[in-house]
Amino acid sequence: MQSDEAIKVENLTRRFNGLVAVDSISFSVGHGEIFGFLGPNGAGKTTTINMLCTLLRPTSGIAQVGCCDVSKEPNKVRREIGIIFQDPSLDDRLTADDNLRFHGYLYHMKKEMIEERIPEVLDLVELSDRRREIVKRFSGGMKRRLEIARGLMHRPKILFLDEPTIGLDPQTRVHIWDYILRMRKETGLTIFMTTHYMQEAEVCDRIAIIDHGKIVALDTPAKLKETNGETTLENVFLKLTGRQIRAQSSDTFAPPWRRR
Amino acid sequence: MLQDIGAIFILWLRDLKRYWYDKPRIVASLGQPLLFLFVLGSALSPSFQGPKGVSFTEFIFPGILCMTILFTSVFSGMSIVWDREFGFLKEVMVAPVSRWAISIGKAFGGASVAFIQGTIMLTLSLFVGVKLSITALLLSLVIMYLIAFAMSSFGIMIAARIKEMEGFQVIVNFLIMPIFFLSGALFPLDHLPAWLTFMTRIDPLTYGVDLLRGTMINVHAFPLTLDLLVITFFAVVMLAIAVIEFNLLD
Repeated sequence: MQSDEAIKVENLTRRFNGLVAVDSISFSVGHGEIFGFLGPNGAGKTTTINMLCTLLRPTSGIAQVGCCDVSKEPNKVRREIGIIFQDPSLDDRLTADDNLRFHGYLYHMKKEMIEERIPEVLDLVELSDRRREIVKRFSGGMKRRLEIARGLMHRPKILFLDEPTIGLDPQTRVHIWDYILRMRKETGLTIFMTTHYMQEAEVCDRIAIIDHGKIVALDTPAKLKETNGETTLENVFLKLTGRQIRAQSSDTFAPPWRRR
Repeated sequence: MLQDIGAIFILWLRDLKRYWYDKPRIVASLGQPLLFLFVLGSALSPSFQGPKGVSFTEFIFPGILCMTILFTSVFSGMSIVWDREFGFLKEVMVAPVSRWAISIGKAFGGASVAFIQGTIMLTLSLFVGVKLSITALLLSLVIMYLIAFAMSSFGIMIAARIKEMEGFQVIVNFLIMPIFFLSGALFPLDHLPAWLTFMTRIDPLTYGVDLLRGTMINVHAFPLTLDLLVITFFAVVMLAIAVIEFNLLD
């Protein structure tokens, strides 16, 4: 059964030892939409993404991603989503080909399909000539591109990008956005992303700004600027979340499956 | 179910590929067992009063095989700690794969790598005077795989419990080394002080070493059926705990 929305979140909450990281947030993301999730460090972005990706169980509330509820049928949700994590998650002692093949098997792809998709996705991120090379020798940008290729390998319906272009040079960033926008055009991919780069956020159809675990604003970039009387998203962001520098709570450093 | 078998296969293949690509490590990890076998073996052989006239080198050979298997398989199982540290585990955890399949794939992967490493060592039997019949050779290989499987499951079980890489050295010094030293790999199990007798009896590897030694040179302290039962039981229990712990990971 296809619902009207790609992602539907209602009163989603996550607590860590009494500390509320995500506080009863609600929103929905339409099919084919690029949805930006912005907020200062420690605001609850990664916690939210981890819950939507089934890596972290919600304390309460409902999150429907793709076909299913993340708590009730995590394996069905996992099939429909692709994720580019904030931190690297490749096996850098294997080749690019190994990493993609591995992913194909984990997502139950047929062998012929794997053989067909590997050159396709490598071509997309312009790494075809590096196919048999050990990932350890790749530059940071190449590794990131390979992760994007891998995230798209099984043709996900929804792609999660957790700060996809962090630490990359402008050239690579522009390239990566080209791939992602091309993918959306070709396949109607829904994209849920977090970023700290406000120019990137301009690409989004809609943006939610989260702070202290709560959504403080949710609208199109143009409307956000208009209602807040600002000319740039950066200023909107600072106006809504303040100028104080945030400390990231130590909890968010622990790997998600260790957080209780 | 069928799909989880695909995941088990690929996790197993991953360990083998990582092993195969890292040839310097294959050679390097043969260094320590060779030292034990030839230096310790040759040095202590003259003063060794072995049963049935076996030399000390022959006597410790099955023990050294177990040592190679123990270290390789426990480390392979524990490499999950690295996977967690370097993010790769997230890729696996977010895939549509049952948690039990992840631990089982990893157990087979670690066991297979250790088994290959042990088999490389086994070829040295030609040089240390251990003569194996075809039956003894095949039985030895099966036993080696069994021990490797038990120990890699053991490694996974530990990895699910320790949170940081810093814990690794502690585990090696206070768990893995004692398991090796108390297993009777390097000394006969009779005529030991009472405390040491006790310690050797509660070490699961003791039964693995005894089983392999019994099969290879027909010297053993316990009935081989008992050895087989203990080591199989240990393997099953460790795997079960590893699977349960993986299921509990959020």
